[in-house]
Amino acid sequence: MTDYAIQVDHLVKRYGEVLAVDDISFTVPSGSTTALLGGNGAGKTTTLSMLLGILLPSSGQICVLGEDMLTHRHRVLPRVNFSSPYVDLPHRLTVRENLMVYAHLYAIARPAERIAQVARQFDLGDLLMRPAGKLSSGQKTRVALAKALLNEPELLMLDEPTASLDPDTADWVRSSFQDYQRRTGATLLLASHNMTEVERLCDDVLIMKKGKIVDHGAPQLLIDRYGRNTMEEVFLDIARDRQWVAAQ
Amino acid sequence: MGGGPVTVPAAASVTLAAPSLFSWRRVYALVLRHVYLLRGSWARLAEMIYWPLLNVVIWGFFSQFFAGHSDWVARASGVLLGAVMLWDVLFRSNLGVALSFLEEMWSRNLGHLSVSPLRPIELVVAMLIMSLIRSVLGLAPAILLAIPLYHYSLFSLGPPLLLFLFNLMVTGWAVGLAVAALVLRYGLGAESLAWVLVLGIAPLCGIYYPLSALPDWLQAVAWFLPPSHIFEGMRTVMFDHVFPLQEMVIGLLENAIAMLAAGAVFLRVYHVARVKGLFLSMGE
Repeated sequence: MTDYAIQVDHLVKRYGEVLAVDDISFTVPSGSTTALLGGNGAGKTTTLSMLLGILLPSSGQICVLGEDMLTHRHRVLPRVNFSSPYVDLPHRLTVRENLMVYAHLYAIARPAERIAQVARQFDLGDLLMRPAGKLSSGQKTRVALAKALLNEPELLMLDEPTASLDPDTADWVRSSFQDYQRRTGATLLLASHNMTEVERLCDDVLIMKKGKIVDHGAPQLLIDRYGRNTMEEVFLDIARDRQWVAAQ
Repeated sequence: MGGGPVTVPAAASVTLAAPSLFSWRRVYALVLRHVYLLRGSWARLAEMIYWPLLNVVIWGFFSQFFAGHSDWVARASGVLLGAVMLWDVLFRSNLGVALSFLEEMWSRNLGHLSVSPLRPIELVVAMLIMSLIRSVLGLAPAILLAIPLYHYSLFSLGPPLLLFLFNLMVTGWAVGLAVAALVLRYGLGAESLAWVLVLGIAPLCGIYYPLSALPDWLQAVAWFLPPSHIFEGMRTVMFDHVFPLQEMVIGLLENAIAMLAAGAVFLRVYHVARVKGLFLSMGE
């Protein structure tokens, strides 16, 4: 029997007349890395937000780490974490202060020790006493990642984790995810536009378009199925409604 | 970057506390966040102290002038200065709650907080504690300065002062929570409500004049506002030297209703924010 970190059943999110997520169902096996792929407005962030519990679905079921997210969200949240370049940490607090606040929020037993550990892991030693608002994009990403791994989450959700990073830093960040997953067996779910990232990191890809999951499978499987060489070409086929032509 | 992340043998190194319905540690975390902010920002601290101090200085001279020209003020020296300080307790406690919430919105941190284990009720409790801290820090210098400068001590009100302070803080908390709910619902475009909403009730609270100065129909409205009972009570203590038991009981009851209503509104809006996706689109 497969153990699932996430089970989604007939999930719908409607804003008035707009159907943002249209009756999607999927599972994410524990210990896997899965990508939600899709163009702007495909419903990736909306889906991720519902999985995190900050957005309530119009209908459907979400089970995260064995708990019903709609009724027992607070049992799950200490075991989950999240990172997005679009959500900031307080700018005026130093990196150390920010990490201390979140260490307490996640009820970590020895916060100072844990902060020292993630600081070592993400090379934050020189940044700890600097205000979070004065960091470069790459430094901010490392701090956000340190915050996201403070509680050593069983499930890590990432919204475009390498957006606006230079290739070197982006590569470093991807290595961090792989390293973290190898050590802990955690499940990773990421929403991304970056096909290289998806090909490198993911065991499974859920391709979304107009609120629906239009295809899914391992990256190589999708590439073969569409008769293409890269995930980027697969993505373009789907985005431009060429999937049937390609598949034939 | 070079070399990739450093591997730290951290598996099973993080011990988390069991999930709980209410956690003082999470409240502490949020209070700590605001204490860090204040500690690192002299401008915020100065602003907190500056306005109450300025108010007391202006009204102190005003009171001294009126003491020589008004029997009413002369009968109870400090009636105006006391009123100014007590009104500032209400105003600052409202601002303490509202600003603590606005700080989260200004720093775009609400997204992180809302996916953390922090519960809405813990957010509310943390905002109330921060309001208390901000009010004490902001008002203490002004209250203490009035003693040598105008020979008026707010503490001369005696034990009833504790009830006055408590009641006014609760009213401020209720208004502050209502402001936080409105800002969460309608975005940062509504942030000025933190300063102006509470001023809307000021004319009806009888801060500087007895409620009998209002038209009869307006007096009927004013009695439904908890601060009206507190300011009337303050004058009873100052002029008649009597403990205003009835005023205090009614004030406490009205405050309990106001606080429960404001808390319920805030928690309801928090739920609406999750339905409408407001945590995803913070801004104006």
